[in-house]
Amino acid sequence: MNNKYDVLVIGGGPAGAIAAKTAVEKGLSALIVEKRPAIGAPVRCAEGIGKEALQEFIDPDPRWISAEMTGAGIVAPDGFFMKLESAMAGGKVGYVLDRKFFDRELVWKAAEAGADVAVKSRACAPILEDGVVKGAKIDYCGKVSSVKAQVVIAADGVESKFSKWCGIDTTVPVREIMSSVQYVMADIDIDPGATIFYLGNDVAPEGYLWVFPKGKRTANVGIGISGRKSGEGHRAKDYLDKFVKKTFPNGKTIEYIPGGVSVCRPLECTVADGLVIAGDAARVVDPLTGGGIYNAMYTGKLAAETAADCIGKGDVSKKALMSYDREWRASKMGKSIERNYHIKEYLIRQSDEKLNEIIHSVSKLNLAEFSTMNLIKEIIKANPKLVLELGALAASLR
Amino acid sequence: MLKVHRDICGYCGCCVSVCPEGALELIDAYLSVEKTCTSCGVCAKVCPLGALEVTNE
Repeated sequence: MNNKYDVLVIGGGPAGAIAAKTAVEKGLSALIVEKRPAIGAPVRCAEGIGKEALQEFIDPDPRWISAEMTGAGIVAPDGFFMKLESAMAGGKVGYVLDRKFFDRELVWKAAEAGADVAVKSRACAPILEDGVVKGAKIDYCGKVSSVKAQVVIAADGVESKFSKWCGIDTTVPVREIMSSVQYVMADIDIDPGATIFYLGNDVAPEGYLWVFPKGKRTANVGIGISGRKSGEGHRAKDYLDKFVKKTFPNGKTIEYIPGGVSVCRPLECTVADGLVIAGDAARVVDPLTGGGIYNAMYTGKLAAETAADCIGKGDVSKKALMSYDREWRASKMGKSIERNYHIKEYLIRQSDEKLNEIIHSVSKLNLAEFSTMNLIKEIIKANPKLVLELGALAASLR
Repeated sequence: MLKVHRDICGYCGCCVSVCPEGALELIDAYLSVEKTCTSCGVCAKVCPLGALEVTNE
């Protein structure tokens, strides 16, 4: 680890790893600092990602793919099960990853491309000069050293502190944090090729419960509920334990994973002088699905590309770095976040009866193409009243 | 004051994201509480495991 880099990346998750790799490929020097002693662990993720989304960044490799998905299912509050199959028989729609190995692979690739990596190394304060971010103080085993950088990329996840220290409000509203728990369960009867989502106010208030297969008889079984619905005796863990006791009474839990997922709108501004914020730290998780891996990789890459561009031009001011903020908001990802935010806001207000009605109506349709968006479009088609309720949003989907 | 039940805490950082004072920080597997904590209890509410408690001490 040197005391000076072109780009300092805080956090060794998918956003940070892709950012560092992109930076060095652009001819810059880059360092990833990861506060944990290991890349990829502990896992804080349900590990699902769409097939095409993944392939935009890396070719699938069985070393870090736990299972391939060919379909999905939704269980309505009344227990009605709707199966969604890929249009192509046996066609893959997505993967359930093994994040411990996936994250390590991404950091490995960044390292091989020339990035430096420091683990058990926590950014404990920014280096600020006249309000401009110039690097960070790095705490390694209690020893603090300064690392200067032209641009700092904050990719420090849901528990991000770095941007806050730089004066940016990153606080997630209580109602928009998904308070989550997941068990990796073994020896359970599941459909190994389909992700299953359980909805309902008794099952997962203002959230959902998931079963994401990781093998023939093993899966991530988890839940996220709105922070405002959480409290003593009715926490995410209470709901999950109730479900597991009923659904997988003989299953064995081999990993215990708590977590928080933000489903708020992204930060109002994701750059500052000398600073770019990416991934969960920028609150760019998909607010409808809670999925964040693709969005992290996308913003991580764009953050580094923008940093390289600005460093090349000798201007890393907020104004110059703003092209990052504008570009991701205008991207397919940015638009999808905004749209899905509205859909999420609509869905969480619905009663169980209404959710039942919606799911029953969609089950009668033949979904030609498998995607969250297609599903939403069909839901609206089958429920003309929703057009009025969702207003301009529905119009934009047609 | 805010009490962290360290036997329950799963050091996930869910609480850190909602703290309006920035008083919580996850240092690897240790949740640190800074003096700026106002005992507002937001973190205790959202904790998925029930590891945080506001006490009158």
